[in-house]
Amino acid sequence: MSTVTEKPTQQLEEATVRFCGDSGDGMQLAGTQFTNTSALAGNDVATFPDFPAEIRAPRGTKAGVSGFQIHFSSHDIYTPGDTVDALVAMNPAALITNLGDLRDGGILICNESAFDKKGLAQAGYATSPLEDGSLEKKFKLHKVDMTKLTRTAVDGLGLSQKEADRCRNFFAMGLVFWLYDRSLDPTMRFIEDKFGKKPEVAEANRRALTAGYNYGETVEAINTQYHVGKAELPPGTYRNIMGNTALAWGLVAAAHLSGRRLFLGAYPITPASDILHELAKHKHFDVLTFQAEDEIAAVTATIGASFAGEMAVTASSGPGIALKGEALGLAVMTELPMIVINVQRGGPSTGLPTKTEQADLFQAMYGRNGECPMPVIAAASPADCFDVAQEAWRIAVEHMLPVFLLTDGYIANGSEPWRLPEVASLKPTKVKYAEPLANGDGSNGETFLPYERNERLSRPWARPGTPTLMHRVGGLEKQDITGNVSYDPANHQHMIETRAKKVELIADNIPPQKVDGPESGDLLVVSWGGPYGACATAVHAAQAAGKAVAHCHLRYLNPFPKNLEQVLRSYKRVLVAELNCGQLRSILRDKFLLDAAGLNKVQGKPFQVGEILERINTELAS
Amino acid sequence: MSVESLPVLKPNDFASDQDVRWCPGCGDYAILAQMKKVLPDLGVPRENIVFISGIGCSSRFPYYMNTYGMHSIHGRAPAVATGLKTVRPDLQVWVITGDGDGLSIGGNHLMHAIRRNMDLNIILFNNRIYGLTKGQYSPTSLLGAKTKSTPMGAIDNPLNPLSIVIGAEGTFVARTIDTNLKHMGAVLKRAAEHSGTSFVEVYQNCNVFNDGAWDYAKDRDTKEDTTLELEHGKPMIFGKNRDKGIRLNGMDPEVVQLGKGITEDDLLFHDERAPEPSLAYLLTRMRHQDGFPEPIGVFRAIESPRYDELINDQIEQAKASKGPGDLEKLFTSGDTWVVE
Ligand code: SF4
Repeated sequence: MSTVTEKPTQQLEEATVRFCGDSGDGMQLAGTQFTNTSALAGNDVATFPDFPAEIRAPRGTKAGVSGFQIHFSSHDIYTPGDTVDALVAMNPAALITNLGDLRDGGILICNESAFDKKGLAQAGYATSPLEDGSLEKKFKLHKVDMTKLTRTAVDGLGLSQKEADRCRNFFAMGLVFWLYDRSLDPTMRFIEDKFGKKPEVAEANRRALTAGYNYGETVEAINTQYHVGKAELPPGTYRNIMGNTALAWGLVAAAHLSGRRLFLGAYPITPASDILHELAKHKHFDVLTFQAEDEIAAVTATIGASFAGEMAVTASSGPGIALKGEALGLAVMTELPMIVINVQRGGPSTGLPTKTEQADLFQAMYGRNGECPMPVIAAASPADCFDVAQEAWRIAVEHMLPVFLLTDGYIANGSEPWRLPEVASLKPTKVKYAEPLANGDGSNGETFLPYERNERLSRPWARPGTPTLMHRVGGLEKQDITGNVSYDPANHQHMIETRAKKVELIADNIPPQKVDGPESGDLLVVSWGGPYGACATAVHAAQAAGKAVAHCHLRYLNPFPKNLEQVLRSYKRVLVAELNCGQLRSILRDKFLLDAAGLNKVQGKPFQVGEILERINTELAS
Repeated sequence: MSVESLPVLKPNDFASDQDVRWCPGCGDYAILAQMKKVLPDLGVPRENIVFISGIGCSSRFPYYMNTYGMHSIHGRAPAVATGLKTVRPDLQVWVITGDGDGLSIGGNHLMHAIRRNMDLNIILFNNRIYGLTKGQYSPTSLLGAKTKSTPMGAIDNPLNPLSIVIGAEGTFVARTIDTNLKHMGAVLKRAAEHSGTSFVEVYQNCNVFNDGAWDYAKDRDTKEDTTLELEHGKPMIFGKNRDKGIRLNGMDPEVVQLGKGITEDDLLFHDERAPEPSLAYLLTRMRHQDGFPEPIGVFRAIESPRYDELINDQIEQAKASKGPGDLEKLFTSGDTWVVE
């Protein structure tokens, strides 16, 4: 867009901006708006929202700081960025908790009026860092009295002071929009959509946004505008999408293409609730969302919906999945197709509800009583959630079993541009129910055999309402073929082996493992789930520096692709990077008797590219 | 398919090929037999009937019925049934549970299933004991009950199943007794016909671990004095000589002798359709140990919106207002941009 500024515009390849403030300051909104605007401007974007577990921690405290980081670029990017080029701090607590991530020489915009005695004391500052000269030495500091400027901008609209102050985030947005040469139009449209019914609030937000923008344009101290050009993305129509939304849409698409109703059984839990919220909006797709009384009801209702013959899904996070454990055993025993989603968060127990972690892989693999294997797949990025949701359904139906789908808080709340698929290119999963028996109804003649198996060892899906197929399933051990209750020792062993084999056979029905980089070499970096982006970026950097390093990112965690062992053995060393204490590494070692090193982090935060690259270099040097 | 065109089914058509494995003499047999007798009268094809149970002696029930069925996990049958009925409101769904399964480990699901008022028929076999795990006290065991886990007597207050059901906004609340076959048949039939969640408590004898728990209500010589058969619109009269009745004294029920100035008109008249559940609740509080006859029959039967209908109505409304789901439209909703 063109601006009437005479200030010079500097072209940048990429930039990272973080908005941070009190959780009541609307930082998530500011971040989301900046992201959408940048995506619409043609940048590649990656985001990292970071918010406290408390909805409203005491105002101005460190515990209540909420942040949103956006990395936008004119080339492909995979992560929200290690360090920040511009930081907006709405109060002292936000400054003190976020300043460490601002790069030397970076832009620092502080809401001056919040740096009063009380605010400083809450953050633990003895004196104001805005006054002692310390910040100017390292950063381009801009002290902006956003409170006053916003109040002036909305003056005359009849808002209370509290209401006026609520527009401050729009002022901050306006300023940053100017700084990075962004159009105000998308946000103006958003204001109209969101606040149109309250004209004075809409007008106040518009004025605050414009005032922030004009402030950047006119204030002399801010002397440069930056511009990040369009990224060269493959041609197509794009939108920005968050992981949980992409996951929900993937489920909707899978059900729609299968011609099935979609049932979601869920209980509110961070960070999975947005899947429930999103699906609740799509009732016209025959989506039935059931907010259950608890996690156990959510999963058992899902089992009921699957028995009924529809597409059934339950979504939760670690603590909820723990509660579902017994029911998942029933799902395995009854061999019914369904999807079990775990949007992982920091554990154990309640842990860190709003922070990311990948420590539930063992739970997905082993967290049930008895020998109870389940297939496990994981999404790599926000947009990948769309594909993985459909893949989970394909496996569930083609193999007649419950499938675990893992994502994590980082993917779920993060966003990236998504190239819209051609609807015609999406592959429907065909649902084939058992046909009524030609001769007999179970009491005379032919009998329906609910546990008769095909070449994949999967059993027929007999939909209630179908004559002649009346049958009973349950959690007691089944006689193979007939499905009758059986306590026979040899049958029990046979059934345990059959259920395990059934999961193993999925390996014949998934693509072989690919690597990004040379097919053999000094080091293979292995990842799964959210660390995909950071690992890909770090490995690309190492490759650019001439290192013989490749990246192997796993979507299929149980069973593994058939060629995985051969892939792993093609490198001198294997490094498994994951946000836990080495769960995938243990499984790989166990399965392949293979020496693998681990890069592990459990701080509730995603990997930074730098820490992976550093480790790659140490591995190669030793 | 019209009801007329259906083949006429007999009780035996509902028997599965599995041997029934309850202890000889168990009250469960009678309930199974009555169920098989009632179902043919309902005119619902077998393939459209589903029995869901949890864990416990009673929960083996689905295995013995030639319908669709699931023997699920402990306490969760109402939740399994909820998922099933939500996506397939066309099916007739029965939930078979017990006092331990339904009121202890599954208490939460039971409460919520009842308040949602889906069209489910929940039958709770109350034997006041854990049978399958061999004789521990249950949430309906009386204070002082000596069982394997309470050698000195139970010290927690028992729950009254029907009080809970009314507290949870139950729309069909009934009680019957395993040995009173005719009564049970009639109650099961009415439960099936009720639109919404029907809850039936069956006094069931566990002759192995808690034999005789309900003898007072079954014994030929005493049952007319210890039970009160509820009839809609009729005064509450009971007793071998039909000379005793229930009268309201302030907020409390009391047993009165008819005659000596007290006539039928002084008694409580049963109104199962009363919109307020207060009287039905009061009836659930009448316990044998407090000197009351225990009511059997239908306590309450009211019409109320059903979750399974409402959720599917919302789907239809959404389709009517937005048009049927269109993926293309979904993907392009909101802000998009084109890369050439
Ligand atoms: S233990 Fe009691 S309830 Fe269970 S089958 Fe035997 S008699 Fe019946």
